[in-house]
Amino acid sequence: MTYASFLADYGSRFVDGALVTAVQFLCSLGLAVVVANLFGLMLLSSNPALRRAAVGYVEFFRGTSLLVQLFWLFYVLPLFGITLDNFLTGFLAVGLNLGAYGAELVRGAIQSVPRGQWEASYALSMSPAQRMRRIILPQAFVTMLPAWGNLVIELLKSTALVALIAVPDLMFEARQLNNTTYLSTWTFGTALAIYYVFSRFLITPCMRWTERIMARRIGRA
Amino acid sequence: MKWDFAFTAEILPKMLWATGNTLLAAGMGYAIAAVIGLLFALAQRTPLRILTYITREIVEFIRSTPLVLQIFFVYYVGPEYGLYLSPWVAGMIAIGLHYAAYLSEVYRGGIESVPKGQWEACTAINLTTMQTYRRIVLPQALPPAIAGMGNYLVAIFKDTPILSVIGVAELMQAANAVGGQNYRYLEPYTMVGVIFLVISLTSARAIRWFEATVRRKLGMQ
Repeated sequence: MTYASFLADYGSRFVDGALVTAVQFLCSLGLAVVVANLFGLMLLSSNPALRRAAVGYVEFFRGTSLLVQLFWLFYVLPLFGITLDNFLTGFLAVGLNLGAYGAELVRGAIQSVPRGQWEASYALSMSPAQRMRRIILPQAFVTMLPAWGNLVIELLKSTALVALIAVPDLMFEARQLNNTTYLSTWTFGTALAIYYVFSRFLITPCMRWTERIMARRIGRA
Repeated sequence: MKWDFAFTAEILPKMLWATGNTLLAAGMGYAIAAVIGLLFALAQRTPLRILTYITREIVEFIRSTPLVLQIFFVYYVGPEYGLYLSPWVAGMIAIGLHYAAYLSEVYRGGIESVPKGQWEACTAINLTTMQTYRRIVLPQALPPAIAGMGNYLVAIFKDTPILSVIGVAELMQAANAVGGQNYRYLEPYTMVGVIFLVISLTSARAIRWFEATVRRKLGMQ
């Protein structure tokens, strides 16, 4: 069997898997961004209860392993009567986990906005919401984008773990194909190549492009 | 479902034993990664352009693809070429190479932070390349790299549960086994989470302390 005929026979399985991976990726990215912003702002809140809750969240999700969180959600929640579908469990675990890392990025970026910008917005008597939305967040966003680039790739790679709770993603398909064909080099090699193409030729250029656009929009290009 | 304390006490010795294996796996993986990572970093600094280019691509590839898939790849591809690796060996190779790619970036950052004048001074007093690295550059490059290296030590520890997919007898594998035998997943998985949380939080503290100590010893503060 040649590699070409291997691809002709099983190529569609890789495509199916890659699509599931892409959807998992987008869902968990959406969740991670929301979680990161919410908890990032909470980390900076002047209310100690909110701050402590956010620290607890971040330390918990960063301190325990993603695989442990995934299995815990999948096997333990049903014992309390909450049964989630595999797909949902998958992106919940990945999104909540990477969101905790994102929260630290959001916090760091907001803190790095120069003091004078805060003072100027006090001087203009902006409300806290206006100050955040119009002055601080746009600048923080540009600062944290490069770090988000790494995190987004991390997130794509983390989605491979959802195969272990039987979400039929790229990793899952590769493993199934390996079990039926025993062509390990080709199956796992192809899957690795697809992940590589995703992160190197889709995510990285997208992030660079966003960085350029955003820098231009706040006049830093 | 209620927490069963008798069951917890019964499986505790098994879990603690497996924790030892997790720590061993993380330690061994980290040792391999630390050495290969340094080779990766140095290979990117040789005057040989082609070597720099190849190493760069290898590092990028490893960093853009999921660890779980790499573990499968190493474990299953060996036998296709007549190389039978035990789960431990395959796991250590995969995790060692994976983190070597990350550590090489940390080293690179550290090496680049050494002022140019130090290199010039080495040339001026006629030190060999080996002497320059060993006696002048690396001792100065390491303290700024410690924080990054520490992060990856914690990260490698949190990634060891993935080794359970090829049957390395670490903590996650033990929890799976205990859960499967007793049809109770609440206690084993929660215990894994708690053990991970305790070790991550303590080691993060320890690394910060270690970094401060090294800086003080080298008079960098």
